[in-house]
Amino acid sequence: MTPGTTTSVRLTGISKSFLGVPVLHGVDLELRGGEVHAVMGENGAGKSTLLKVLAGVHRPDGGTIEVDGAEMSFASPTDAQRAGIAIIHQEFTLLPHRSVAENVYLGREPVRRMQVDRRRMVADTRELLDWLGEDGIDPTDTVASLSVAQQQVVEIVKALSTDARVLGMDEPTAALADHEVELLYDLVRRLRERGIAILYVSHRMREVFDLSDRITVLKDGRFVTCAPTGELTSEDLVRHMVGRDLGEYYPDRAGPDDLGTVRLALRGAGNDRVRDLNLEVRAGEIVGLAGLQGSGRSAVARAVFGVEPFTRGLVEVDGVVRRVTRPRTAVRLGIALVTEDRKGDGLALRQSVRDNTLLVRRAALRGGRARARSDVPALLDLVAVVARGEHQEVRFLSGGNQQKVVLAKWLAVEPRVLVVDEPTRGIDVGAKRAVHELLRDLARRGVAVLMISSELPELIGMSDRILVMHDGALAGELPAGASEGAVMALATGHGIGEAA
Amino acid sequence: MTWRPRLAEGTAPVLIVLLLLLIGLAIAGPAYAEPSGYLALLKRAAPLMILAIGQYFVIVSGGFDLSVGALVTAGVVIAARLINGSESATARVILLVLGFGLLVGLVNGLVTTKLLVPSFIVTLGMLLVLDGAIFLWTGGAPRGALSAGFRTFGRGAVDVPLLGEVPWSVLILLAILLAAALFMRGGTGRALVAVGDNEAAVRLSGGQVDRLRLLAFVLSGLLAAIAAILLGGFAGVSAQVGDGLEFRAITAVVLGGVVLGGGRGSVVAAAAGALSLESLFTLLNLLGVSGALESAVQGVIIIAAVAYAALGSGVPQRLRWWPKQRDSARPAQPASS
Repeated sequence: MTPGTTTSVRLTGISKSFLGVPVLHGVDLELRGGEVHAVMGENGAGKSTLLKVLAGVHRPDGGTIEVDGAEMSFASPTDAQRAGIAIIHQEFTLLPHRSVAENVYLGREPVRRMQVDRRRMVADTRELLDWLGEDGIDPTDTVASLSVAQQQVVEIVKALSTDARVLGMDEPTAALADHEVELLYDLVRRLRERGIAILYVSHRMREVFDLSDRITVLKDGRFVTCAPTGELTSEDLVRHMVGRDLGEYYPDRAGPDDLGTVRLALRGAGNDRVRDLNLEVRAGEIVGLAGLQGSGRSAVARAVFGVEPFTRGLVEVDGVVRRVTRPRTAVRLGIALVTEDRKGDGLALRQSVRDNTLLVRRAALRGGRARARSDVPALLDLVAVVARGEHQEVRFLSGGNQQKVVLAKWLAVEPRVLVVDEPTRGIDVGAKRAVHELLRDLARRGVAVLMISSELPELIGMSDRILVMHDGALAGELPAGASEGAVMALATGHGIGEAA
Repeated sequence: MTWRPRLAEGTAPVLIVLLLLLIGLAIAGPAYAEPSGYLALLKRAAPLMILAIGQYFVIVSGGFDLSVGALVTAGVVIAARLINGSESATARVILLVLGFGLLVGLVNGLVTTKLLVPSFIVTLGMLLVLDGAIFLWTGGAPRGALSAGFRTFGRGAVDVPLLGEVPWSVLILLAILLAAALFMRGGTGRALVAVGDNEAAVRLSGGQVDRLRLLAFVLSGLLAAIAAILLGGFAGVSAQVGDGLEFRAITAVVLGGVVLGGGRGSVVAAAAGALSLESLFTLLNLLGVSGALESAVQGVIIIAAVAYAALGSGVPQRLRWWPKQRDSARPAQPASS
């Protein structure tokens, strides 16, 4: 190997989708020899996918990879290795009962007279260890006898033995004890000094500031920014990663003329999980139901819908007292529930878009209304589902499109009361906005919407009124546009006095 | 509305298999040089195809029905004993056999849905109960005889304009297949598949999951009774007439690309699977392979078909001598982070 030469890599416009779900949209990344380049982002931002594209594990759908100015196409990790790119994965790939040298040359053993040339294997491994300045490890040591940090060194030596000039490291400190992290820092710095380009994927702020020369931030699979580490503060970084100023738009709220009659009313309703609920939702309004996890928000939704019915008090639908003891009754009364778990109980994933759209109609109605299906295209248009066709199975759709199909299946029976539990969980920004607009549109057409969300900005942005739950009961009501602080105060049990 | 031909997911392989087997038959046996040979094959296959259709309803909704073989035996034995050669009793006894099938299906379905016993266990229990009851009742040797009228359905034929002599059993099969295909295109049929895919989603969409699953068992029981009537006529009375048919029907359904555990597959493909199985056995017979091998062949098919359904086109990849790393060949999961 020839220490000292440096390699630069440039990724341009990299896109990648899995089963129709876009994970990377046109991401750019430049990596120079002798730098530590950190890639940061929230879970699901696309960091690991980007690393795997670089490593030849995933083939990108679009974009180019250039190594030292020459465009490359990697069909496999072997191709990437030949181009000098190697990845240290989170899980180690060493054989514990073999020696360091045997692991380094696993599958590529030097051969002399039809025998594995052990002497050369050991000598070459020692040379690499010396080059790294790792004198605590002997090539003949068994891997199992080494510490986790030392095993990581072996992984890196293994990568370098393939003449790697570019190293990708995926959360390298995840497996290390605290005192070992310092050793890794040292090693990374030494690699940098020797001209290796290091792509450092992590979501740990401190490490990135300690080690990196430049930082690239990804959010929702998109490139957000790339800047020298010294020019960023941790506040900047958080803002880039969370992107709070993006998607802060919500549709207009209901005016006084939009409100109609009371569609859903609970009078002293309760069961094992919630108690003394008194609330009204009018046609034309979106009422937000806030509360911490376990406060009974979802229990209210499930009770209204008859999954775990109320055992006390009264439920009025359009002014008539009803006993809703199972979902079927609820559906026939015009109540719809979009559950928080669309894959678990919202959709039949292996059925087509059409079959899912017609699911409620077929399951709950009878006669001609159950058989009607000519309006499926119109329904799918209304919610703006993007699918290859009505016959595509919904499991192949993105989360956002799946959620739109859930909404379509309810629109197919024209509900008068729509209860939505976490309607935008796990869907991308564009789909979120579409769902928000759809909910407001439905309200304008006279549907009473009860909306549950853990995302406070969303709940506050969408609701005409906010009801806050605490410990199975309503803790208070807040007007549209209340502050997050006011909601949290009620949700955590403070300030019940002044609200009541 | 424009209609365009569209094969349900997983249907194509069984149709190819069936086509190859039919070609194989044409090459191997002179009897299959003309349509009458195939009509005879269809007649022979009709009871298994009807059982496979019934089994399909149960499997696609997420269950198993292991009781159908014993139910076929029970139907034949009961019919022989009660008819006892009397032509006048035939109509009544046929209704009774059909009613018995419905009843067994109803019990299977009720125990599964109300007592929450897995259908595999419920119907296995039913198999043993029916087997024991038949043995007790007959002492191992069924008594009585079927009437000629009863046997017409299994062995007789009727003159159809343009087609000539068509066996009754083939007409009954086609009628059932058509009805089943139409049923599966309708709302209740689609809801039945959805139950096999995601029971909770159907329940939270206002569906009556228990009733749908009950319906599947009742249909399976009824169709098993019809198969018993055809087999009684075709094969005659014995206490072994239904032995192993439940597994043969399951093999046929799986061969038709229907996913065990439910949620996917077409009823026509399940019937095609049954016809393929019967064709295969006929072909093996023509080639001089011992009939004793039938169950071994069936065993290989059921394992292979399930493996294929699980891995799909990934099978060659899995069977490669040394694994080759490729990015697109494996169903990649969207990476987290």
